Amino acid sequence: MNINLTLFGQMVTFAFFVWFCMKYVWPVIIEAMDERQQKIADGLDAAERAMRDLESAQSQASDQMQVAKQEAAGIIDQANKRAGQIVEEAKQQAIAEGDRLKVAAAAEIDQELNRAREELRGAVAGLALAGAERVLEASVDDAANRALVEQLAAQL
Amino acid sequence: MAGENPASTTEYIQHHLQNLVYGLHPENGWSLAHSAEEAAEMGFWAVHVDSMAWSIGLGLLFCWIFRSAATRATTGVPRGLLNFVELVVEFIDSSVKDSFHGNNKMIAPLALTIFVWIFLMNFMDLLPVDLIPSLLSLAGVNYQKVVPSTDPNITMGMALAVFVLMLYYSIKIKGSGFVAELTMHPFNHWAFIPINLFMETVGLLAKPFSLGLRLFGNMYAGEMIFILIAMMFAAGAGTGLVAGGLNAQLFGEYTNGWFWLIIFTLVVGVCWLNLKGRVSTIKTVLLCMIFMALGGGVFALGGGLMQWGWAVFHILVITLQAFIFMVLTVVYLSMAHEEH
Repeated sequence: MNINLTLFGQMVTFAFFVWFCMKYVWPVIIEAMDERQQKIADGLDAAERAMRDLESAQSQASDQMQVAKQEAAGIIDQANKRAGQIVEEAKQQAIAEGDRLKVAAAAEIDQELNRAREELRGAVAGLALAGAERVLEASVDDAANRALVEQLAAQL
Repeated sequence: MAGENPASTTEYIQHHLQNLVYGLHPENGWSLAHSAEEAAEMGFWAVHVDSMAWSIGLGLLFCWIFRSAATRATTGVPRGLLNFVELVVEFIDSSVKDSFHGNNKMIAPLALTIFVWIFLMNFMDLLPVDLIPSLLSLAGVNYQKVVPSTDPNITMGMALAVFVLMLYYSIKIKGSGFVAELTMHPFNHWAFIPINLFMETVGLLAKPFSLGLRLFGNMYAGEMIFILIAMMFAAGAGTGLVAGGLNAQLFGEYTNGWFWLIIFTLVVGVCWLNLKGRVSTIKTVLLCMIFMALGGGVFALGGGLMQWGWAVFHILVITLQAFIFMVLTVVYLSMAHEEH
């Protein structure tokens, strides 16, 4: 063991390296590591928060869906009811209209029938008279015959 | 490299334990020492050039790696080097927070510097003992000790620097309380002041000495075992091709440094190819054994395996010693900050 100047050389060198490390190495690395740690912690926090937000949003959405479903069911029900009503009303109207048309048609038919009967009666009377005139060729008491014929015609 | 006679074995060991010294020689003035005797004659006014160069170089390597990571530090996703550096920094930070409760911005960077720097210095121990000294001896450098932490000057230098910090903070934080701690503890009576002072001073001085000598002792012993195992390479030389290896056939007693380098490169190359998946593991083991047998014979093969085994164990030692030095520094400085 020979102690010599190397001892002091090493002390000075040591001091220099410690100073260098303290000044240019340690703080830089530690700072970067701390910052990264902070960033990671923040990131994890944010992720957790986002997860919670997502969960609440999902439950909210499902709630709203439920409400909407109920509303839709109500609306469909109402619409069904209304449709039934409309169909019923239309049926009633159609029946009424049909009846009315039937009555009108019947009345018209009656009128026509009567008119035809009248015409026929007139025509029959004329024909009968003409026929009788031809037959008799004589001028018989027109008035008395007419009464007779009309009586006949009325039996038609 | 030495043969089998004890004198050259001793020489080999001594050569390995001699620093490259630059100092004030009584006759030659400021110069590089050309022998161990010259180095010893220089006394205090000398510098271990190799220890200082490796220690400063490794310190600069530490600064460069960590500084380049620091300039790339982002709050985003860390990659590659930054990841590794942050791992180390976090480890140091948690260790310091565990044992230091005061408020001092210098402790953590100090601990980081100590841990990484000492680890790097210790790591030099894992390089093959002869590799760098042989290469440098080819370049004309006589002596080279590549592990700075096997030099007591280096370890004690750091320990004394820590001691200075301990004294500084004790006085700064406690003021007169520090004097009271030295004189009125453990026996709180004025009559015991001399005894207290003696005991506390011894306790105080023991801290830097134990700190520096523990690291020195561990690394020195580890290095010594590497050197002793390394001699087994040489011990095999000169006993035939199978036992002594090709080197003895080619070079006789005087093995050329280049030969070791080629064998070393071959073995490392095969291992590398195995890692890349080009060569199967069984082939790798066989090839390595053949290369080692050619290079150094059976002893060398055994030596190589022992080197490897000791190196694996030593990985634990070098890390542990760096960690212990760091933790004790933090604990001592923590004690300097605490009022009793």
